[in-house]
Amino acid sequence: MSKKIVIVDDEPNIVMSLEYAFKKKGFQVFIARDGEEAFNTISREIPDAIILDIMMPKVDGLETLERIKRDPALVQCKVVFLSAKNKESDIKAGMDLGADKYLIKPFSVKKVISEVEELL
Amino acid sequence: MNSAVLILIILGYLGLIFYIAFLAEKQRNSRWVNNPYIYSLSLAVYCTAWTYYGSVGKAATTGVDFLTIYLGPVIALPLWVIIIRKVIRISKSHNVSSIADFISLRYGKNRSLGAVVAIVCLLATIPYISLQLKAISDTFHIMTDAPISSGNGVLDDSTFYIALVLAVFATFFGTQTSDATEKHKGIIASIAFESILKLVFFLIIGVYVTYFMFDGPSDIYNQISTHDNFEQLTTIGGIEGAFNWSFMIALSFIAIFLLPRQFQVTVIQNTRVKHLKKAIWLFPLYLLLFNLFVIYIAWGGNIINGDTAQAEYYSILLPLNNGNIWLALLVFLGGFSAVISMVVVSTLALSTMVSNNLIIPYGFLGRFIQGQTDSNTQSIKNIRRVSIFIIIALAYLFYISFSVQMPLISIGLMAFVIVAQLAPSFFIGLYWNRGSAKASIIGIIIGVLITIYTFILPFTIEAITGSTSFTDNGPWGIELFRPQALFGLDFMSPTANALLWSMTFNLLAYLIFSLTSKGNYRERNFAEIFIDSKNFTNLQDNALVWKGEAYVEDIRNVLRKFLGEARTERALTLFFRKYDLPQDTQMADARLINFSEKLLAANIGGASAQILISNVVKEEEISLVEVLKILEESKKTIDSNKLLQDKSNELTSLANKLQEANEELRVKDKQKDEFLDTVAHELKTPLTGIRASTELLIDDLDEMPDEVRYQFLTNILQDSDRLARLINNILDFEKLSTGRTDLDLKYQNIAKTIRDACASAQSIASQKNCEIIIKNKSSIYLIYDEDRITQVLTNLLSNALKFADEQQGEIEVSYGRQKGKVLVSVVDNGTGVPDEDVKYIFDKFFQSNHQNRIKPSGSGFGLAISKQIIEVHKGEIWYLKNEKGGATFTFSLPIEKEKKEDE
Repeated sequence: MSKKIVIVDDEPNIVMSLEYAFKKKGFQVFIARDGEEAFNTISREIPDAIILDIMMPKVDGLETLERIKRDPALVQCKVVFLSAKNKESDIKAGMDLGADKYLIKPFSVKKVISEVEELL
Repeated sequence: MNSAVLILIILGYLGLIFYIAFLAEKQRNSRWVNNPYIYSLSLAVYCTAWTYYGSVGKAATTGVDFLTIYLGPVIALPLWVIIIRKVIRISKSHNVSSIADFISLRYGKNRSLGAVVAIVCLLATIPYISLQLKAISDTFHIMTDAPISSGNGVLDDSTFYIALVLAVFATFFGTQTSDATEKHKGIIASIAFESILKLVFFLIIGVYVTYFMFDGPSDIYNQISTHDNFEQLTTIGGIEGAFNWSFMIALSFIAIFLLPRQFQVTVIQNTRVKHLKKAIWLFPLYLLLFNLFVIYIAWGGNIINGDTAQAEYYSILLPLNNGNIWLALLVFLGGFSAVISMVVVSTLALSTMVSNNLIIPYGFLGRFIQGQTDSNTQSIKNIRRVSIFIIIALAYLFYISFSVQMPLISIGLMAFVIVAQLAPSFFIGLYWNRGSAKASIIGIIIGVLITIYTFILPFTIEAITGSTSFTDNGPWGIELFRPQALFGLDFMSPTANALLWSMTFNLLAYLIFSLTSKGNYRERNFAEIFIDSKNFTNLQDNALVWKGEAYVEDIRNVLRKFLGEARTERALTLFFRKYDLPQDTQMADARLINFSEKLLAANIGGASAQILISNVVKEEEISLVEVLKILEESKKTIDSNKLLQDKSNELTSLANKLQEANEELRVKDKQKDEFLDTVAHELKTPLTGIRASTELLIDDLDEMPDEVRYQFLTNILQDSDRLARLINNILDFEKLSTGRTDLDLKYQNIAKTIRDACASAQSIASQKNCEIIIKNKSSIYLIYDEDRITQVLTNLLSNALKFADEQQGEIEVSYGRQKGKVLVSVVDNGTGVPDEDVKYIFDKFFQSNHQNRIKPSGSGFGLAISKQIIEVHKGEIWYLKNEKGGATFTFSLPIEKEKKEDE
């Protein structure tokens, strides 16, 4: 059975690239444009991995992760932050919340895929 | 009126006064008890029954010279404020509790002088209190229509009971603590209340007589001018009259400072020096109002009664004879108010003097040293309580034996003249450092003796023997010593005569003895403190020069006797901390001696405090020269300390400024960092899109379907445009904010610019189902950079499009002229800017700064750039929520040259 992945980002161009690449790798891809939408999709689909942007309208990535961590149904989900924020403090804040990886924008699509596959 | 009814009314009224005093005491810290109006009204304790009834009597019999009693204080007031401010400052810093304490403090806490002053005050005040009792008794009899007599026995006399109740009142509210400097808020509040009542009731009767019994002032004037003695009633009577007038004014001028009750309310009961500012205009106003109708009541009484037999009580008799008993009752209660406040404050002031200046320093000190705290404070309170009752009893005795024969006004004047004997010691002592205690005592005694001879003796002899030969011919027929025309000066009124001679000899004695005798060093020490009070207040406890040997333990023991264990320890701890001394200091210095004397002074008076302390310490005699030298040195130390303090303040403020500048730099730096962070993030986003799309295009070159490839290429193009736009915006913004932009200023039509901008927004508007309406048509020409203003308009329009109602968007653009400016508004029907964001919306990248982690939906630059553009045009831009709940952005541009053209 194919793995499920949810991509959360409000920039359609970035989402489109990742969606194309993961689909090609055989993933079942779901898209969300902000934290609120993301949480609904995630609790519905219970994906294997989540790619999460941090700066988003309505509910940001950090808060979304907090919500995910609070939900016992989602303990198995791997979470990869994908953000333009590249300061030490930002990365630490993300990892402290329990993310499995923190990748920085601009990114290499191949790298993102290999990191996600490694986690699964 | 039935006397039982009247007594019931009086009791009810007293109950009200008690209740007010009780309430004020209970809420002693609330605002209604502690304000300048209460203070100013309490000063009106000056207006007693003498004012209330005596003025009318005087105006009816001898004419307008009743006014002098009020003119004195009114004229004196500017000077009064200056002197009283100084007196209050000294009194507060030395815990002064009465005028006797104050004068004795000035002359080195001299015990005998304090006693003399206290006796003078008693002499002046007891007859004065009895005058008040007489007024109550007389008016009571008028009200109840009973014959005036005093021979019915004490227990049948209602005045006796009223006096008793007043004593209870003064005791209850005035002696709750042994500290005589304690503020009696209850008493003061009740006095302020009574001051209002007596004034209002007096004005009511004034209006009643003038406008209801007569047809206004001119009617009374016309009628009285036909009377025989009209001339006398309306003029001051030539040069002799003028002489008497000026003496009377001087007399009341002095009285406003020195009357014990006046000193009590102005100085001892003063809670804040700044209350004087209100008093300076409120108190004269009060006095003027009080005297407004005196003449009309007096003349009205003369016209109606025909003779002046009961002139003093016209204000009650007129309404009573007119059948208006309730009005008469009001007047009675007003007079009663005047009496209560005078009697209560006077007995309070006198009882403090009797206990602290007469009884305690002469005989009770030894017992206090043996006793314990509780019994000592109890004894002090009891001494004061007994004093209050004795004083009122004496006043009552005086009333039944003498005052029935004497008119109100002469007893009042007698009190004034006696109290005026304190004037040289008081006033000159405040400004001349040579004045000595011995000279004061001699001066005062001589003055009082002369007053007795010239003023009191004639009245007394006349009252007792009924013969005026002593007054008319002098003792043993020696005309030169005729008491009311001493040394042959026979043109003066008895009062002026008594004042002139007593003051002349008093003053001469004071000056001569001060100059010829060398003062004691302690006397001189306090003289310096009084004269330069401002400077010496800074010196605080250092101001007292003292040399000798003393142990802290001994002083502690004395303090305990009066303050108790806890308060003594607290006071000493504070003292040691204030002067940076170890808590277990063994030897006491001058500062501790001074400090302890001040602490005790509040309870037992300055003179006793000094005696008590000197019992437990060994003091060395210091020469006068040494005292002055030490004082000079401490003043210099203070000056140089002040200089150092100033320098240090300067440095502190400099350091603060540096810190502020530093803080500002830090904030700017942080802002710059944040700006760069945000810029980097904004640039990275399109770059990420380009990077990812390109990578996929290269890697998947062969397999990618055409339409996907086309989409990725379009994305790359979009992101590149976005990147370029962003870079332009950033550069633009920096250019504008550093003022490096050249504007392409032209004289043109703002209406056209607006139409063009709206036209280009129209295509997006139609997509979003939004309507753009331009409300105006007329042209307005002014100078601006069209591209820049178009940029602003486009920005505002695209914001409006973004936030306007999604179903039925509506944007209105309007413009118009206002005060040399053009105002342009863009109004949408969206939900407006959230209140908490309003102050940030014009900041660059505001969204990212404010909602740190949440992505802004625009570049975050639009409004910041618009603001810059408008500001380089010397205009303004602002936001308001409109009545539809949406946003209204308005900008203004100044019109420098204008030409109107119709299209």
